[in-house]
Amino acid sequence: MTTNGIIQIALYIVVLLVLVKPLGGYMAMVYEGKAFWPNRVLAPVERLIYRLLGIRPDDEMTWKTYAVAVLAFKFAFFFLLYLILRLQGILPLNPQKFAGVPPDLAFNTAVSFLTNTNWQSYGGESTMSYLTQMMGLSVQNFVSAAQGMAVLVALIRGFTRRSASTIGNFWADLTRTTLYILLPLSLILAVVLVSQGVVQNFSHFKNVPLLQKITYDSPKVDADGKAVTGADGKPVTEHAKASVQTLPLGPAASQVAIKQLGTNGGGFFNVNSAHPFENPTPLSNFLEMLSILLIPAALCYTFGKMVGDRRQGWALLAVMLVIFIPLLLFCYSFEQAGNPLLTEAGVNQTASDLQPGGNMEGKELRFGIANSALWATATTAASNGSVNAMHDSFSPLGGLVPMVLIQLGEIIFGGVGSGLYGMLAFAMVAVFVSGLMVGRTPEYLGKKIEAFEMKMVAIVILVPAACVLLGTAVASVTNAGVAGISNPGPHGFSQILYAFSSAGNNNGSAFAGLSANTPFYNTLLGVCMLFGRFWVMVPIIAIAGSLASKKYVTPSVGTLPTHTPLFVFFLAGIIIIVGALTFLPGLALGPIAEHLTLYK
Amino acid sequence: MMKIIRPALVSLVVFTVLTGIIYPLTVTGIAQLIFPAQANGSLIVKGGKPIGSELIGQPFDDPKYFWGRLSATSPFPYNAASSSGSNLAQTNPALLEQAKARIEALRKADPQAPASVPADLTTASGSGLDPHISPAAAEYQVRRVAENRGIDEAKVRALVAAYTEPRQLWILGEPTVNVLNLNLALDDLKKE
Repeated sequence: MTTNGIIQIALYIVVLLVLVKPLGGYMAMVYEGKAFWPNRVLAPVERLIYRLLGIRPDDEMTWKTYAVAVLAFKFAFFFLLYLILRLQGILPLNPQKFAGVPPDLAFNTAVSFLTNTNWQSYGGESTMSYLTQMMGLSVQNFVSAAQGMAVLVALIRGFTRRSASTIGNFWADLTRTTLYILLPLSLILAVVLVSQGVVQNFSHFKNVPLLQKITYDSPKVDADGKAVTGADGKPVTEHAKASVQTLPLGPAASQVAIKQLGTNGGGFFNVNSAHPFENPTPLSNFLEMLSILLIPAALCYTFGKMVGDRRQGWALLAVMLVIFIPLLLFCYSFEQAGNPLLTEAGVNQTASDLQPGGNMEGKELRFGIANSALWATATTAASNGSVNAMHDSFSPLGGLVPMVLIQLGEIIFGGVGSGLYGMLAFAMVAVFVSGLMVGRTPEYLGKKIEAFEMKMVAIVILVPAACVLLGTAVASVTNAGVAGISNPGPHGFSQILYAFSSAGNNNGSAFAGLSANTPFYNTLLGVCMLFGRFWVMVPIIAIAGSLASKKYVTPSVGTLPTHTPLFVFFLAGIIIIVGALTFLPGLALGPIAEHLTLYK
Repeated sequence: MMKIIRPALVSLVVFTVLTGIIYPLTVTGIAQLIFPAQANGSLIVKGGKPIGSELIGQPFDDPKYFWGRLSATSPFPYNAASSSGSNLAQTNPALLEQAKARIEALRKADPQAPASVPADLTTASGSGLDPHISPAAAEYQVRRVAENRGIDEAKVRALVAAYTEPRQLWILGEPTVNVLNLNLALDDLKKE
C-alpha cells in the first residue's frame, strides 16, 4: 500500500461522510412532505403526475396494497422493457442497426434491470440501440432505485407509526424519490461527467484511422462461419490487417450518472466504468465512486431523523464502516502485492513515483491499484455492481473481498433503500438474539419484535443465500454450467460462485470471464435475481405493516440501547457470523484454495 | 383493482417520458452546448479530420513508436467497437504466457532493454482501450524509440516528460503518459 493510495482512500471516506448529513436531512424533508426549495419549482410537475396516475398522495395504503402496487408496477415495466429489447431492430434511434435481442437474453436483461441488479450478459456497444439504452435501461435504473427507496420509507413508517393500519402511498413515494432526489442529482453528475470526457450524443459510431496499421492473426473460418481447426486440433489462423478504429458513441453520461447513483451498475459499454468513454479521468472516477455509496450512506441519516433519534442512524452507518474499511484495506493490500508468478518472469510490480506496480491485469493505468480496489469494495458493498477493473483478474484474496461483501446480503451500504432495509432486518436479528440471552421480549425503536417479524426476517436472510448456494451447486455439476468456466482450477468454481452471489443478492458485477450469455445461465441467473429481489422486498413490506400496527413500548432499564458502540459491534458480529456460517465452505473451495495454490 | 392497474400502466408512460426522454435530452442539450468536444468523444483533429480520440488507445508494435498496454479485445487489439478485459485469473497459465510473450517482444525490439519490465507494460488493461502507460513504462522504451528513429535519447526523454500528466488535482489517480499523443508528437518531431 502506498501513501498516496491511503490518502486517496481517506479522502474518499471523509468526503462521503461530510455529505451524509446534508443529503440525508434533505431526503428526510422530501419523505416527510415538508417544504424545501426544489419543491417550489417541481411541485406542479408532482401534482401533474398524480393527476395522470389518478391517485391522491395522501390516500394511504395497507401493507398488502403497497406490496401489490410494487409488484404491479414492476410487472408492467418488465413487459415494456422486454418488448423494447425484442423489437429494438425495428425501433428508431438505432444507428448501428443492432438486431432485436434473443429471448433468453431479453428475459435475463429485463429481469436484471427491473430488480436493480444490472447483471450484464451482453456488451452494450455491440448489442443495445440508443433507444434501448435510454428509454429501456436508463428508465429502469431510475424506477428500480426509486422503488427500493420507497419500500425503505414504508418500513421506516412502520417504526414511527403507532397502532396504524397503513404505511404510506407507494405512488407518492415513488414520484417524490424520482423527482426530488434521483433526477436532480443525476442531472448534476451527468453534466460534470461530460466535462471530463464521458460521451453524450446521438451520432453514428465514428471511424478513425490507426496511426500505425497493424497485422494480426485472425481465426480462419470456413464458408459456414465455423472456425477451421488444423491437424493438431488448434484453430488455424490467417493474417489480417486493421487500419481503422471504430469509436462507439451515444448518450452515455445520462445513463452513467443514474447507474452510479441508483446502485444499478449496468454500464453503457461492455467493460462498464473501465471504459475511457464511461470513466475518462481520475476525477470522474472519484465522483462515480462517491455516487455509489452516497445515497445508501445518507439514507442512514434520513432514517435516524425520521425515527426521531439520529443516533440510531449513525449507529447503523458505523456498523457498515466497521465492516467496510477492514475489507477494503485487505483487498487493497493483496492487489498491491501483485502476482508472484509474474515477479519470477521478470515483471517489476513494485510501486514507485513512476508506476503504480501491483496487480495491473484488468486494471486501467489512470486509476492504478488503490482506486481499483476501492471501487471493487464500494461497488460490492453497495449493490451497485459497476466496475472500473476486471474482478476476475484480481488476486485470489483481493477478489474474495467483493464476493464476501455481496454474500453478506448487500447490507453494508447496500442498494439504495434495499441496503438499509436489509440492515434493519439484521438489526432485528441482533435485538432478538440479545433478547434471548436475557429472556426478554426484544424491542427495536420502541416496537416489540415478535414471531411474525422474525419469520419474515428469516425469509429475507435465507432466500438469497439459498439462491446462491443452490444455483452454484446446480451449475457446478451440470455440463451447461461448467461449460461457461474460462479459468482453470479453483478459480473456475469462484467464477460460478461469484455469478450466483451477484444474481441472488442483486449486485450485478461478475467474474466476467464466465460465458454467461447462454440459455442456461440467462434463465437460472434471471430466476435468482427475481427471488433475491422480491422475496426480500415483500416480507419487508409485511414487517412494515406489522410494526405500524403495534403500540409504542416505552424504553425501560431492561431495554437494550441500539445506538451504543456495544450494539454496533454486536450487530457487526451477527452479520459476519451469519455470512461466514453460510458461505465459508464455498469460499474455501474457490478463492482460498486458489490462494494456497498460488503461494505454495 | 383498477386502483392499482391504472397507475401501474400510466406510470409506464409517465416515467418513461420523464426519465427516458426529457432527462437524457436535457443532459445532451447542456453537454453539446457547454462541452461539445468532450461530449463527442474528445477527438484529436488534424487537417480538419479526426485521427483518433485522446481517450481511446491505439495498437502499436513498431519499434519506432511507444507501445501501450496489452489489449484483450478481439479480433484485433484496441478494437474500440468491442471493449474487453482478458479476465485471466492470476493462476491461469495463459496470463503468465501473455506476459512472457510481451517481455520477449520488448527484448527482441531492444536487446539492451533492462531486465525488469514495468507491470503495466506486461498486463492487459480492463477496457482493452487504455490510452495510457506509466512514466516508468515510457522510460523503459525511450532508448529503443530514439535508436529506431535516429534521434537523440535526450530529445525523446524530454518529449516523454512533456507528455507526462501528473495526478489530477495533485492527489487523484496515477501519473500517466498518453501513448497516442506521444507518438503523434514523435512523428511531428521528425518532420521539423
